[in-house]
Amino acid sequence: MKTTGIVTGIVSNLVTVEVNGPVSQNELCFIIVGDTRLMAEVIKVNGRNAAVQVFESTRGLRGGDKVEFENRMLEATLGPGLLSSSYDGLQNDLTTMTGVFLKRGEYTKPLDEKKSWTFTPIAKPGDKVIAADWLGEVKEGWLPHKIMVPFSFKGEYVVKSVAPAGDYTVVETIAVLTNAEGEDVNVTMSQKWPVKVAIKNYREKPRPYRIMETGVRVIDTLDPIAEGGTGFIPGPFGCGKTVLQHAIAKQGEADVIVMAACGERANEVVEIFTEFPELIDPHTGRHLMERTTIICNTSNMPVAAREASVYTAMTICEYYRAMGLKCLLLADSTSRWAQALREMSNRMEELPGADAFPVDLSAIISNFYSRAGIVVLNNGQTGSVTFIGTVSPAGGNLKEPVTESTKKAARCFYALEQNRADKKRYPAVNPIDSYSKYLEYPEIREHLEERIAPGWVEMVETAKNLIRKGRDAQEQINILGDDGVPMTYHEMFWKSELIDFVILQQDAFDAIDALCPLERQKYMLELVLSICSRDFSFKDFEECRNYFKEVINILRQMNYSEFHGEAFNNYLAKLNNIVKYGK
Amino acid sequence: MANKAYQKIYTQLEAITKATVSLRAEGASNDELALVDGRLSQVVKTKGSLVTLQVFEGTEGIPTNAEVRFLGAPPALKVSDELAGRFFNAYGEPIDGGPEVDGETREIGGPSVNPYKRKQPSQIIPTGIAGIDLNNTLVSGQKIPFFADPDQPYNNVMAQVALRADVDKIILGGMGLSNDDYLYFRHEFEAAGALDKIISFVNTTEQPPVERLLIPDMALTAAEYFAADKNEKVLVLLTDMTLYADALSIVSNRMDQIPSKDSMPGSLYSDLAKIYEKAVQLPSGGSITIIAVTTLNDGDITHAIPDNTGYITEGQLFLRNDPDSGKVIIDPFRSLSRLKQLVQGKQTRDDHSQVMNASVRLYSDAQNAKTKLENGFDLSDYDLRCLDYAKDYATELLAIDVNISLDQMLDTAWGLFAKHFSKAETGIKQVFIDKYWKE
Repeated sequence: MKTTGIVTGIVSNLVTVEVNGPVSQNELCFIIVGDTRLMAEVIKVNGRNAAVQVFESTRGLRGGDKVEFENRMLEATLGPGLLSSSYDGLQNDLTTMTGVFLKRGEYTKPLDEKKSWTFTPIAKPGDKVIAADWLGEVKEGWLPHKIMVPFSFKGEYVVKSVAPAGDYTVVETIAVLTNAEGEDVNVTMSQKWPVKVAIKNYREKPRPYRIMETGVRVIDTLDPIAEGGTGFIPGPFGCGKTVLQHAIAKQGEADVIVMAACGERANEVVEIFTEFPELIDPHTGRHLMERTTIICNTSNMPVAAREASVYTAMTICEYYRAMGLKCLLLADSTSRWAQALREMSNRMEELPGADAFPVDLSAIISNFYSRAGIVVLNNGQTGSVTFIGTVSPAGGNLKEPVTESTKKAARCFYALEQNRADKKRYPAVNPIDSYSKYLEYPEIREHLEERIAPGWVEMVETAKNLIRKGRDAQEQINILGDDGVPMTYHEMFWKSELIDFVILQQDAFDAIDALCPLERQKYMLELVLSICSRDFSFKDFEECRNYFKEVINILRQMNYSEFHGEAFNNYLAKLNNIVKYGK
Repeated sequence: MANKAYQKIYTQLEAITKATVSLRAEGASNDELALVDGRLSQVVKTKGSLVTLQVFEGTEGIPTNAEVRFLGAPPALKVSDELAGRFFNAYGEPIDGGPEVDGETREIGGPSVNPYKRKQPSQIIPTGIAGIDLNNTLVSGQKIPFFADPDQPYNNVMAQVALRADVDKIILGGMGLSNDDYLYFRHEFEAAGALDKIISFVNTTEQPPVERLLIPDMALTAAEYFAADKNEKVLVLLTDMTLYADALSIVSNRMDQIPSKDSMPGSLYSDLAKIYEKAVQLPSGGSITIIAVTTLNDGDITHAIPDNTGYITEGQLFLRNDPDSGKVIIDPFRSLSRLKQLVQGKQTRDDHSQVMNASVRLYSDAQNAKTKLENGFDLSDYDLRCLDYAKDYATELLAIDVNISLDQMLDTAWGLFAKHFSKAETGIKQVFIDKYWKE
């Protein structure tokens, strides 16, 4: 019999329920208000009182309203059809909802149960299988979508039968498995999994050993992120977090992209809805939307569902990872998720930690980041979830709990800087403060040398050094004046400006410059470093400045031109001319 | 409000704070309105039979035996075309001496638009101010605040923008408006002969602060009526959102909530987002654009109110007194319109974004030169040219008293480039140089 209860207290979306039976932590329940049912989740139990967070507005709720408990946690529905879908934080399909305004208590099915998929069996009767083993395959767009033994199945099963190749819906049985007790279990193409629990049906989780190309120079060249790695982008508002994340989403080298718009602006999601169906994935030539799932819980949508949204997104990624695919999860912004935790913690009158955030914030964040990773599946293939989150630090100050906790958990750090943004030097990633811990991994360094060029890591370090020296030189020039420093200081400063303008800065709104493949990144870095390695003997700093301004201008025009195209080659000739004879 | 499910009257208050009262009552629903000693109040917390009410007018003089009557419904506004041209208080009652508005009763603070059903904003709202049109182009369906110090003429600039904008309705939500400012808006609207397309909800400094909490929702409920039901282009002006947030902190403080940064409630982000996210481009063609004012304390944008606002809104417009030109300008560094690229080069000339970026970059070089000058160093020829350029740029383009068309702004900028710089120094794409450079 299901546990029921009655509402005894309401503060905003925190509701206290007196229950008549067992309840578990994170169990779902429905509060019945008139003829609508509002979904809620247990977040604390004290005696017979359960505190639940309601995923909807609690307007009109009264003491004494009935509550029904569901004896399950918040689950994601997993199966073919997830890609190119748009969900809210609870995985309701936003596209099938009626009306322009969201209706409270309207829940829609995540997967189209009427659509049929062409199934090809992989497993044969008599095969011994465990959870996450592949039973068959359907084509979801161009991706091979594996139909797996549900993750929740424990122990070993024997395949009794598998449906023959043909068209099936996600609710039809495609296999019958027999468990150790000899009972038969039907398996369909869809399964459910509680979002707050990591899917761990893999053999091992090695250290990331290869990089994920993003087409963004400041990431790939200077601080590359590993496939299966974690990174975060903190920055004050207006520094281009979202533009950078969208660029990564459009160009990232991944089979599946899940974008979690978590507590951010609705118009930013509309931009994805509008642009992605039109855009082409540079790696496959297919429409971007075909590989993308959008989880959208914007800032004006209920705050508890905002917290759920990042977990729903992660669960979908882990599901595709189990098929041996490369997944990229982008969450914008994890600060909003942390704020959702803070709001609930406040309402429960818990003793607060720093800035009134819950004391276990750091643990919650690192637990979440740890769900990313490259894994070796039970069949020896690999799959990965790469996770990049943005952080919106209060007041732009990186010494705040969410940034600090994330810094402990994420391995790449792309610090966006107000000062660079003010000067319109986009992407405003600070090249000195930012880092990629992966560059320290010997296996990654080896991979880079092999994939890009021998001696690549050394070149990157040279470039970083030049930037650092340039900054120092600039400070000296600012303190001592143009005439107060030796000419070499001006040279150092302008070399760093050259790297800044040509390598670091990138125009995300220019059709050509927005995407810079690794090959082109290598070419440009080599070109720039070859200029930087020259010794100049300028007669004064005016000459030095003019020389570099000219060189920068030509190299920027090259960035705007098609790689090795006619315009590009013309600029190159012009550049060679200046480099050779100009000085 | 007429639907009275039960009309039980309570006369025993258990607790009174400056903003709330608590009493034992049965069956009160969350967000429901009540009358406490004749003053409008709203249920904000229920714990067992103990109900806490937020009293909008404040609790001065309320006795423990005050009469409490529950009204059975959350706050609402009667909407119809009759709203046009009228002035209301925070409760939606006329304050212009006119008759009550007849219309459909709508709960305020209603549900959000399904993000999937939204349309991408794509229509420019020209204002004639180059600091806005050229550098921070406004788009209908956008939400953007002015960040201004209290002594800056933000209400004037906002009124000017509103009256120049091509919209069907202008809805003013005034929170803690000084009586002088209220009369200023009224006068400006009347003088422009635009009164029939303006609706105002006003709470002045003479009225209790907690009442302000109703203003944005009232204004936006009216806006949604005209945008969603009538497919009109609606511009909502909210001034001053800092005073709104202050009222939020008063209530949360009285309810013993743990404050987060700057004594603001932990839910400040969500509270502000609920308001600003009402800005929308609807599929039917109607739209709501929100221009707000957030006053700053001595330019400090790290304070929780401007900080949270900046994360929610699609940019911000920064007013600054520019000593070089002696004018109030729209600061090109700190200001930003996030939606500008949706119209720049699409609804405007193709060189728009490059001209904008180059002009701001050169202005930033001028700031560096200024720093050098202040530190007592010799300036290079380039530095001197930058400084000259900066003065021209501030006077001819950034100042808020500029009123020219967008093409004129672009031409002005090209003129300034040619006057002060070489082609390479601007770093603009060659195709545009070839097309627009003024020899």
